Amino acid sequence: MRDRIIFILQLLFTLLVAAFLAVPAALSIAAGVTVNYFRGIQSGITLQWVAQVWELYAGTIMASILIALGTLAVTLVVGIPAAYALYVRGGRLARLVEEIITLPLAIPGLAIALALLLTYGGFGSFRRSWLFILAGHVIFTMPFMVRSVMAVFATIDVKSLDEGAASLGAAPWRRFIDVIVPNAAPGILAGSLMVVTLSLGEFNLTWMLHTPLTKTLPVGLADSYASMRLEVASAYTLIFFVMIIPLLVAMQWIGERGNLR
Amino acid sequence: MSHISFVRLCLLPLASVTAAFFLLPMARLLLAGSEGPRGLAEYLAIILEPRYRTTLLNTLVLAAATTVATLIIATIAGLFLQRQRFPGRTILVAILTFPLAFPGVVVGFMIILLAGRQGLIGEVSSRLTGDKLVFAYSIHGLFLGYLYFSIPRVILTIMAAAQKLDPGLEEAARSLGASPWAVLRDVILPALTPALIASGAIAFATAMGAFGTAFTLATNIDVLPMLIYTEFTLAGNLATSAALSVGLGVMTWLMLALARSFAGSSVAAAG
Amino acid sequence: MSTMTRHGAALKVENCGKTFADGTCALARATLDIAQSETLVLLGPSGCGKTTLLRIVAGLENPDAGGRVLFDGKDLTRQPIEKRNVGMVFQSYALFPNMTVADNIGYGLKIRGVKRAERAARVAELVVLTNLGGLEDRRIDQLSGGQRQRVALARAVAIRPSVLLLDEPLTALDAALRERLRGELNSLLRTLGITAIYVTHDQAEAMELGDRIVVMRKGAIAQIGTPREIYFTPADRFVAEFVGAANIIEAPIDGTHLVLPGGRQPIADSGPRNQAVAMVRPETIGIVEAPASGLTGVVDSVRFAGDRQRIIVRGAASIPLTVDAPNTIKVHAGERIGLSIEPNSIRLLPAEG
Repeated sequence: MRDRIIFILQLLFTLLVAAFLAVPAALSIAAGVTVNYFRGIQSGITLQWVAQVWELYAGTIMASILIALGTLAVTLVVGIPAAYALYVRGGRLARLVEEIITLPLAIPGLAIALALLLTYGGFGSFRRSWLFILAGHVIFTMPFMVRSVMAVFATIDVKSLDEGAASLGAAPWRRFIDVIVPNAAPGILAGSLMVVTLSLGEFNLTWMLHTPLTKTLPVGLADSYASMRLEVASAYTLIFFVMIIPLLVAMQWIGERGNLR
Repeated sequence: MSHISFVRLCLLPLASVTAAFFLLPMARLLLAGSEGPRGLAEYLAIILEPRYRTTLLNTLVLAAATTVATLIIATIAGLFLQRQRFPGRTILVAILTFPLAFPGVVVGFMIILLAGRQGLIGEVSSRLTGDKLVFAYSIHGLFLGYLYFSIPRVILTIMAAAQKLDPGLEEAARSLGASPWAVLRDVILPALTPALIASGAIAFATAMGAFGTAFTLATNIDVLPMLIYTEFTLAGNLATSAALSVGLGVMTWLMLALARSFAGSSVAAAG
Repeated sequence: MSTMTRHGAALKVENCGKTFADGTCALARATLDIAQSETLVLLGPSGCGKTTLLRIVAGLENPDAGGRVLFDGKDLTRQPIEKRNVGMVFQSYALFPNMTVADNIGYGLKIRGVKRAERAARVAELVVLTNLGGLEDRRIDQLSGGQRQRVALARAVAIRPSVLLLDEPLTALDAALRERLRGELNSLLRTLGITAIYVTHDQAEAMELGDRIVVMRKGAIAQIGTPREIYFTPADRFVAEFVGAANIIEAPIDGTHLVLPGGRQPIADSGPRNQAVAMVRPETIGIVEAPASGLTGVVDSVRFAGDRQRIIVRGAASIPLTVDAPNTIKVHAGERIGLSIEPNSIRLLPAEG
């Protein structure tokens, strides 16, 4: 009896917390497809706001996707070899490097953005191009890729694999391509999902780095929250949810599969 | 090519990218902080200048309140979800963890929908009492926003820690006569302490440095990231904003370093 | 607290079964009586239901409707574990990492509101009893496996429980330490004279520690008896093979003889049947020079084990016979030998169901 009461109280509390998180998200989804949010859902369901968002902000959505893919490409090319080197080399230097590349997670994006602006703000064509935002995203997401791949190396004993391939006469780069990368696949996949998700949602850095011609989706979102009617802002948020939720589901799925093994 | 040189070659791209786009800019930022009219003293302004000090205190209090509230809420919900099995549990866990990837701006918008001028709380309160309750655009709204993005990650940490708990510990305490409350006090909470410290530090650091939520709710909320932003964009006060960001960065880094020494796992702020 | 005595309670487990929510039956309805200060061992392979039975007695699982657990005649079935006054030792020990050795041992007393001084005296008493002197202020992670085991035992005993419940308490230790602690545990249980239920899958532990052994299989009780009864007169083939080594021979019976390929073997334990499943322990078979009549076979292999040698003999029975012979006998593979088996040591088992 006592256990039952404790259970029910805890359940109610947890449901309340879930409602706090879920209700606003549900409201925003509803508002995005409602003719007039103030009058409520009985005013009718429409896709006009979604269409309007597309008209106004399609550029930011495309830009975000391109920047996310660009960030992914750079973190893959730079991060996987680095993860391998850091894991194989080990020791104090490797720990120091890992510590340094992880710093951007601890330092507020605002500070990093400010630092980038101070250093490269004068290089006009770089400052005005997408590459400027890309650089910020790469710095911010790199540790996720490197750590995710290193975590896999730690579980598969990559040193023995590497030495095994070496004993068969494979050169270092062959071993890397034929043995290391395929075996790191789960970590690469998890890291990639993380990088794309974070890049798509990155705001703190991007807001400082963007120019009127280089706006990403979150920048557009902030813009719509400040200047558009609630329905448009909601429809825009809805589009963001649609983009991000498959990535989250995939990440959770991979996480669960990892737990089962 | 020898293995050693291959390993070095593998590190080269990372070293260049990090040096060019992180280390160099950070050094430049440090330098910029001392290039104002006050020189190096700019770094002390965050404490000595009353206006900045008030903002710093505000930020610290807000971050501390967020941390305490999040820890309490997430411990209750996280323990419950990890230890009980009931239909619908998986969905509940999904709801509680999905906001993890919402950027700060979106969290700000969630708070506007909840407590803004057209928000749910205002709607309900005006029907009940005739008084429209609107608090999204103040420090209270910001507090709610920080709760919104802290709760999911702290719940995840606590669930993971509770999962590792040996169920025998609780059974042993009960066999010795401990009531559920004594089990919680003597066994479960002590075992969760490292996770609580670690996730608390993350929540704290995140709340200190978060910018997107505050930016969405209002530009005149008196917290450190907003101060840095306005000093830079509106006042054009480069040295101050640089010094303040360095100060903020050092504080959040310290919190997370502390967290990591307790948890030993990957610890990251978000915003 | 009224049931608390120096030597624990007499226990009765009545009609207790356990079916889990998904329909799997972990324990068929079982009834057991445990006398005051008796050590009862629940023995069986993993998944046999022994731990479920222990957890029902502990109050960590509820038995299916109709089952009852009585301590000194008092029905405690509806009482949760914290109200039962049981001392429990877990396989993982479940020592509280946030407390010292002394705090762990004294925790149950603290919960019971025992005064600090009295508590300290009782803890000191147990520290001596379990040989933990000097370790009182250590943290749990500074202890060896054997020390942890002793702390777990001292903690369970400190509250003067009605019954001591031990769930595979030695399994987490390595073999040499396990053997030594088995001896220590045995003398401690005798010293305390407390009612105890001991769960294990190790038949050597069961033999040494148990006043009586309950052999379990697939959620049901296969046999209850003293270690000697279990060993010499197993109820069925499962018990015979699980406890000690056994040759299980299927052969026709001709009056008072087993008719084997290697000859006729007289038996004492016969009945009105003409087909038998017989058990012969390897150490009860003697090796003699091949006789003119009687049981003979051919040595297949000899494995020297120091204190004895294990000889496999073919051709004597339908299966190769395992013989434990003294280490002085000299035989070699391929040699024809005679086997002498005392008719009394052959046990006929019920035919397979």
